[in-house]
Amino acid sequence: MRVFALVIRILRQLIRDKRTMALLIFAPILVLTMLHLVFNGDDYVPTIGIVDIPDPILEKLDLKDVDIKTYSDTDAATNDLASQKLDGYLFFENNAPDIVLEGSDPSINAATMMSLQEALQPLQGNVMSVEPSTEYLHGSGDMGQFDYFGPVLLGFFVFFFVFLIAGVSFLRERTTGTLERLLSSPLRRWEIVLGYVLSFGIFTTIQATIIASYVIYVLGMLMEGSFINVLIITLLLSLTALTLGILLSSFANNELQMMQFIPLVIVPQIFFSGLFNLDTISDWLSWIGPLTPLYYAADALRNVMVRGYGFNDIYTELLILAGFPLLFMTLNILALKKYRKI
Amino acid sequence: MLVESSKGIVGIHNVSKCYGKEHVLKKIDLDIMKGEIFGLLGPSGAGKTTLVKQLVGLDLPSAGDIFIFKEEIPSLKLIERIGYMAQSDALYTELTAKENLEFFAALYGLKGSKKKERMKEVMDIVQLTDHLKKLVSNYSGGMKRRLSLAIALLHDPELLILDEPTVGIDPVLRKSIWSAFYTLKEKGTTIIVTTHVMDEAEKCDRLGMIRTGELIAVGTPEQLKQVTKSSSIEEAFLVYGGA
Repeated sequence: MRVFALVIRILRQLIRDKRTMALLIFAPILVLTMLHLVFNGDDYVPTIGIVDIPDPILEKLDLKDVDIKTYSDTDAATNDLASQKLDGYLFFENNAPDIVLEGSDPSINAATMMSLQEALQPLQGNVMSVEPSTEYLHGSGDMGQFDYFGPVLLGFFVFFFVFLIAGVSFLRERTTGTLERLLSSPLRRWEIVLGYVLSFGIFTTIQATIIASYVIYVLGMLMEGSFINVLIITLLLSLTALTLGILLSSFANNELQMMQFIPLVIVPQIFFSGLFNLDTISDWLSWIGPLTPLYYAADALRNVMVRGYGFNDIYTELLILAGFPLLFMTLNILALKKYRKI
Repeated sequence: MLVESSKGIVGIHNVSKCYGKEHVLKKIDLDIMKGEIFGLLGPSGAGKTTLVKQLVGLDLPSAGDIFIFKEEIPSLKLIERIGYMAQSDALYTELTAKENLEFFAALYGLKGSKKKERMKEVMDIVQLTDHLKKLVSNYSGGMKRRLSLAIALLHDPELLILDEPTVGIDPVLRKSIWSAFYTLKEKGTTIIVTTHVMDEAEKCDRLGMIRTGELIAVGTPEQLKQVTKSSSIEEAFLVYGGA
């Protein structure tokens, strides 16, 4: 009953604070939409200069999917390259093709090289190479980068915003003296922690449902597995964020100091959550990954959303993810002893 | 120092408190009787709040012991019998006064018609009934103070511990709040009030004067004035303080 009163009060406060509600729901939606547009945009069309190439050869070149500019000598092409009007140019020296690239952006380099290699293919004689047919165990050929990053980012934004909001609201409870007031009432220490977990649990379930539905059904992110599993993972992750936020808020004296935990606690998790390939991380850093909650959540989310795995395949990750909030809750109950010994 | 120790419901024995090397309370010995209004008088920083927090169980003495209703603190059972009003207004400003009251009522297990009745009673005492549905963020400082007091009275505690309850409240209202204290006293409620306002101290049944962590005098306002041959509590305080 007392816990129930606490849950109602926290939910009331959250609903009153429209801006914070908007931050928790619309900020992740906004950022994920932008990332979707960035990663799943059209393929880049390189602009390529052709310098003084005899017509017979030019006719043979396969110049689809590129913008072409023709030049009579390399100097003019080099000038345009320098002023970034061209991504690269092609000329022939001693009957061999020569390519000059602008070169400052690796992804544009790669796209230009690929177009040029395709263009030059008809020149490479009659050796008809047999194109192998490709099958995919998971995903498909038209899977965009966003489909691979998406599950990790979904987990990350849920974690980030819940951590911040929960941490700050508990911090306020402490700095405005209401925490002390609560502890001078019959409310038990565990009831305070449980009240926070339940109320934010209810709220983040709604939040995760909205955000996950949006990325899957509106942005069309790849979704092979079951929606319920995605919700379970995000709920456990947000409970981890909540309890960790509350715990760390006792080491902060004001909101600004709460923000200072972002580069320490939040940002490193991105690097170890699988957004970047973990196999190439240097050995002396790789031990950090398994200590971060996002590592397990990202793995589980990817297994469900990209690989279509079911509950049985992800329950190890779920167990670990459930362990984090339990550990932090226990520490929180102990930390409250600082204010009331019993 | 005391007369009828059998009637004491708060017993503070040899209580000291130090934070590191700083001694905030030094060997305080004090008994408070049932049904009296006991004032703790002293300048800010004297240790009043520290002592009061120990009575509520939010702080523990470094040495000595405290008994309330013959039970040693800290005890969760005692908490339900004590009403506490902190020096800072511990209110949820995003909520209305009514929602604040409902929340604290639930913490003390009040419900149904009993809850409604108590909410009306305490809001009448502090004269905030008309502002029940207002958000606390729109309250003035004095109104917040009164709402805090209402919350402390809500569960009809046997012992009221009020840390500077009338700061920022205008004289007319202060008078009516004090008359509410006398009504509660007649019902048998014991009230401990801290204050640094000398004229307010005159209204207490008995006074304890605190200065730099030491209890320098205890007695009725009349006794304290007589013994020191002073005309006001302020003068008496100066005499005990060694000025």
